[in-house]
Amino acid sequence: MIRLTINGQIHQVDVDADTPLLWVLREWIGLTGTKYGCGAGQCGCCTVHIDGVAIRSCLVPVGSVSAAAITTIEGLSPDASHPVQKAWLQHEVPQCGYCQSGQIMAAAALLAAKPRPNDADIRAAMTNICRCGTYQRIRDAIHSAAELGKA
Amino acid sequence: MTALGFDRRRFLGTATAIAGAYCLGWSIPARAAAAAEGGRELGIWVVIEPDDTAVIRIARSEMGQGTLTGLAQLVAEELEADWAKLRAEYISPDENLARQHAWGDMSTGGSRGLRGSVDYVRQGGAAARSMLVQAAAARWSVPAAECQAENSRVLHGRSGRSLGYGTLAADAAALPVPESVTLKSPAQWKLIGKAVARLDTPPKLEGSLVYASDVRLPGMLNAAIAQCPVFGGKLVSFDAAALSAMPGVRHVVAVDDNSVAVVADTWWQARTALDRLPIVWDEGANATVSSADIDAWLREGLTAAQAALGQRQGDVAAGLAGAATRIEAVYSTPFLSHATMEPMNATALFTGNALEVWVASQNGDAALAAAAEAAGLDPSQVKVHKHHLGGGFGRRGQQDYVRQAVLIARQIPGRPVKLLWSREEDTRHDFYRPATQCRLQGGLDANGDLVALHARLSGPSILASLAPARLAGGVDKVAFQGWLAEEFGYRSIPNLLIDHAVRNTHVPVGFWRGVNTNQNTIFMECFIDELADAAGRDKLEFRRSLLARSPKHLAVLEAVAERAGWGTPAPPGVFRGLAQNCCFGSYVAAVAEVSVADDGKLTIHRIVAGTDPGHAVNPDQIAAQVEGSFVYGLSALLYSENTVKDGRIVEGNFDTYQVMRLADMPKVETVLVPSGGFWGGVGEPTIAVAAPAVLNAIAAATGRRVRRLPLKDQDLRLG
Ligand code: FES
Ligand code: FES
Repeated sequence: MIRLTINGQIHQVDVDADTPLLWVLREWIGLTGTKYGCGAGQCGCCTVHIDGVAIRSCLVPVGSVSAAAITTIEGLSPDASHPVQKAWLQHEVPQCGYCQSGQIMAAAALLAAKPRPNDADIRAAMTNICRCGTYQRIRDAIHSAAELGKA
Repeated sequence: MTALGFDRRRFLGTATAIAGAYCLGWSIPARAAAAAEGGRELGIWVVIEPDDTAVIRIARSEMGQGTLTGLAQLVAEELEADWAKLRAEYISPDENLARQHAWGDMSTGGSRGLRGSVDYVRQGGAAARSMLVQAAAARWSVPAAECQAENSRVLHGRSGRSLGYGTLAADAAALPVPESVTLKSPAQWKLIGKAVARLDTPPKLEGSLVYASDVRLPGMLNAAIAQCPVFGGKLVSFDAAALSAMPGVRHVVAVDDNSVAVVADTWWQARTALDRLPIVWDEGANATVSSADIDAWLREGLTAAQAALGQRQGDVAAGLAGAATRIEAVYSTPFLSHATMEPMNATALFTGNALEVWVASQNGDAALAAAAEAAGLDPSQVKVHKHHLGGGFGRRGQQDYVRQAVLIARQIPGRPVKLLWSREEDTRHDFYRPATQCRLQGGLDANGDLVALHARLSGPSILASLAPARLAGGVDKVAFQGWLAEEFGYRSIPNLLIDHAVRNTHVPVGFWRGVNTNQNTIFMECFIDELADAAGRDKLEFRRSLLARSPKHLAVLEAVAERAGWGTPAPPGVFRGLAQNCCFGSYVAAVAEVSVADDGKLTIHRIVAGTDPGHAVNPDQIAAQVEGSFVYGLSALLYSENTVKDGRIVEGNFDTYQVMRLADMPKVETVLVPSGGFWGGVGEPTIAVAAPAVLNAIAAATGRRVRRLPLKDQDLRLG
């Protein structure tokens, strides 16, 4: 039995400790906002926060995070009021939306670490794939979110 | 109907993870109660709820391209609906079937989502409005002509009375649907042309939108699939006993004659077990084919005597023979998989005499037909729940994954089974953009005018593989996309020949965003640049002379050239390239600005992309599609290719099938120049000019032409 703290709630999961956190979230806990895109740490669809840091959950054995605070897209804010979510809405970032949970989590972690990122910071931090090609709006929305976060 | 995007139900607080509980508290949004809406349905496209909310029915699929919102705008425009009191709902394929395809074609491809239904959905909105107006007039005992609809209310100007749509809906629904209605003129439009916010965004920001791969049903099992790695190969046997100790595994089943699935409590268990399943394949005759063989097969077609005719004008052989200057070039582009962000998946529940499927498909009708056939049921016994697609790009126009899910579920009656492909299966079992080569020969007269052009395509035919019935006398018209008579702008070339040596391979090919306009526009626009160079003429001026009889093409080209500052100095070290075409009913052009560093590193700084789609329904969504189409097109230019070794696709995940990321994103400026009078496509057209504009800018920067894609691993340096 593995004990997990996800979005502030405690969960007990009877699962093999090697199981990737992504699949525990999606299949055992039922938090399907975190997506599978590659299972290989390549795409970032599965990005969550582990102790505030953006991590690709498909490569995280669930047994390694029992002491950590895990935040998923469902727990980023109670009502889509996180500055990144607001900026995403304002810029109409999502197209199909499938990558956006991961993009939003990556952007939120970037802003937490660096409240006023420049374009180079954004390029370095935002390596998630979006096949719909929303990168321009992601970049613009992160700058807007930085402004919103200041206020 | 499935409510779209408004199910804010969240898993927070409801998930009680306990031992073995792998399928928790979630159900598909309830279908709108037929009884409740039965009395409030005004024609087939609109249902009005008591609180005035207009429910707009959507038959096409939303895959990110904004069609859902655009269609709602078209209906709401004629309905005179208040945009703030509106909801969109999918019509399900089974409802469409039950009502004799009343909602028309559900297929969503070829950038036809709006333009293919623009007339009948607007008529649907107008019919509903007319019924509401008549209902109000009857209540007030005044002539309908004295009443006016506005913002989800009907007003009677003379008496100052007004009633909301919700109040009138039941009366209106009892009236006959008018057979003919008059549509508004463009000058009267209030919503068409407005950058309204997408209807489907909020749940995409909270992780609450339920994609097909997120479906969770009571008792659901999960399947992972392995398909014969060599196309055309067969499944011989597998050793299910080897998995007997694997946790969660319930079934190991042959899906069809070329694939096997492990079915387990969770997908992770299924996938882990599948990796350990001993499988024997009969790889068949294609198991020795490599990319080099395919290259050679295509190269042979470049000079073959036989070829399907696309266009002929004048006498190209004589024109070339008499030309003062002749040049020739061969270009080649690779196979490309779609790599939608959400891998292929579908969920099916088979109960003997009924089937339910949960799918993301670009063609709901076809998904239903494929599911029924796989289940051995009559189509009327099948229910299809449509989900928004985590990307389509043409891939989800094929229903192979739906058929597989049903073939698995059929073997486990009474249990819903979700089939999810791994990324590797997704990359290796696609319907690829056809690898294509093109040999171009051009002749210039002594004035530097183009007098003869021959473009010989060689490559697989998509129609031959997916829709042989659409081949016209053996000719695949789709192969000539962007060069069809109604599209091709360079009409003034006196001697022109465009033909296609069909060279099919064992690699399945299909429709990939922009389809054959991608490579055709690369071939033509790069070669036009080569000809301009040979003639010593400016690239824009050379095109102007060739587009003299194509004013719409020329207008878009001029618009982007002007915005980009063509003819004025670029920033130091930055070079510009141009491209234009007409495809999917829209006129498009682009200017790219790039630099190539001494170490060969390419930077794409800026793209100015123009489109004339006739009428522009939602300018902001058009800009989003332009931006996205460049990312998809430039991914292919810069990084992506599928190669073949031992009969199979080599690339499996994004480490080998590479795509563009944010760091490569240029600034994309959209120049929207809608000239009115027609409805052109939006999702695809601009992708055609992405790669050639950049390639032409690279050639300007380096003095060297790259004619083989992708650019990765090639040295772009000077000399
Ligand atoms: S699914 Fe984890 S990085 Fe792609
Ligand atoms: S929005 Fe579709 S993959 Fe990013």
